[in-house]
Amino acid sequence: MDDSALIDVALTVNGTHYQRQVESRLLLSDFLRHDLGLTGTHVGCEHGVCGACTILLDGEAVRACLLFAAQVRGSTITTVEGLAAADGTLHPLQEAFRQAHGLQCGFCTPGFLLTLVPFLAENPNPDDREIRQAISGNLCRCTGYQGIVDAVRSLSRTGAPKPAHEAET
Amino acid sequence: MKPAPFRYFAPETLDEALSLLAEHGDEAKPLAGGQSLVPAMNFRLAQPAVLVDLNRIAALSFIRPDDAGGVVVGAMTRQRAVEHSELVAARAPLVTETVPYIAHAQIRNRGTFGGSLAHADPASELPAVALALDAQFTLACRSGQRVVPAEAFYTDLFETACGHEELLVDVRLPTAAAGSGFAFEELARRHGDYALVGVAVAVQRGADGTLIDARMAYLSVGPGPVLATRASASLLGTRGETEALRVAASLAAHEDIVDPPSDIHATAAYRRHLIEVLTVRALTRACSRAQEGA
Ligand SMILES: Cc1cc2nc3c(=O)[nH]c(=O)nc-3n(C[C@H](O)[C@H](O)[C@H](O)COP(=O)(O)OP(=O)(O)OC[C@H]3O[C@@H](n4cnc5c(N)ncnc54)[C@H](O)[C@@H]3O)c2cc1C
Ligand code: FES
Ligand code: FES
Repeated sequence: MDDSALIDVALTVNGTHYQRQVESRLLLSDFLRHDLGLTGTHVGCEHGVCGACTILLDGEAVRACLLFAAQVRGSTITTVEGLAAADGTLHPLQEAFRQAHGLQCGFCTPGFLLTLVPFLAENPNPDDREIRQAISGNLCRCTGYQGIVDAVRSLSRTGAPKPAHEAET
Repeated sequence: MKPAPFRYFAPETLDEALSLLAEHGDEAKPLAGGQSLVPAMNFRLAQPAVLVDLNRIAALSFIRPDDAGGVVVGAMTRQRAVEHSELVAARAPLVTETVPYIAHAQIRNRGTFGGSLAHADPASELPAVALALDAQFTLACRSGQRVVPAEAFYTDLFETACGHEELLVDVRLPTAAAGSGFAFEELARRHGDYALVGVAVAVQRGADGTLIDARMAYLSVGPGPVLATRASASLLGTRGETEALRVAASLAAHEDIVDPPSDIHATAAYRRHLIEVLTVRALTRACSRAQEGA
């Protein structure tokens, strides 16, 4: 194998199966955006600090900028594009963000949503301190976070269901 | 902000991984959770020619009891799994108390116990905890295994006893003996940031209630995790009275090997001040827990 040898990757993203060949050094964030055209996963810092690239890898929130595409062979991934239903109905967490002004420019929003979906599944009833701790690994330069905390709190009795494509299966 | 090219291998057994490391020598780096290595590669601070991805080696991911009452954690066990392990909470409560201070949940979902210990960042929490607990590190290479105590594992800034052809395979955390107590304290600017100073302490009371063992280990005060041996020894024979804790804290802040840096986050003087404050807090909690255990 020389340096430019391509590696086969087969995986499921938002319920769709993909098969591609990748260079070893291709970051998962770039694979999602450039190879699969799923540009909802945003890239802010590429060193794990900002949280904009957060996705679900086999159900767990992780940084897509700190994984190589070659590593996720056989995995199941959810990106922000997989949250809403096929008819465009927003996921309840997205709807809550909309209602509570949980976003302004929206750059950070995909990362917040994918951090919070598994958090709410594990803690359906978080208090404000727990919510703030849960989003401590995501930076937002617009909202001042209050709208985001309000959005999560508005769901805290009902919890957030699974992403649409997972609920269907 | 993109990594340089490298050859990628994803072995499924430890033997294969060790052969690859032996074959490629110091050109190769093992990839664990990637939460320190990949940022360094993205910045091109690290440009390994070969990456040996350990994530498909299932045998390196486990938490199991050992016969002596302690617990053994496989190197590839995710920090998140350690955080939620009941066995670790029962047998190594200092680890359970400390792991939530590492970064954020998304980082701990991927970052590994062994990766953090092997990385040897002087600002990271787990190396100090390993020193306080006198943890034993198992290193493997193609020709066999050896066990290295935490104190001998950490040699210098980002340097450890683990050779290029070796892997850290597991870490043994000794049992919490009767009469022992633990505590962790740190101060960070924001939740999840690397700490300005942190301290992990383990103490043990004898039958008469006096301290018969004490280990105080620090992060962010030197080139690696630092065990304040002179300060720790000053506690022996005392009952952990407030005055004894103050003396130990002051000794720790001025021990030769305690040499906190001045940087954009804090001055060395402020860090020394924090060493004293945090040490008293940690020792107070550890000693009162030890009382309960005796
Ligand atoms: C935003 C952010 C904040 C963070 N904050 C903190 C923090 O507050 N405290 C903290 O402690 N850490 C923090 N980290 C680092 C995190 O804990 C890493 O997970 C950890 O330092 C390295 O573990 P890893 O499994 O990701 O290892 P990797 O990044 O994969 O590897 C790190 C190094 O160790 C070597 N290595 C890994 N495993 C082995 C092995 N089994 N044998 C031999 N060598 C090995 C690798 O070759 C590499 O050189 C942070 C990271 C990020 C991105
Ligand atoms: S782009 Fe991945 S954390 Fe910032
Ligand atoms: S909405 Fe603009 S960064 Fe968060």
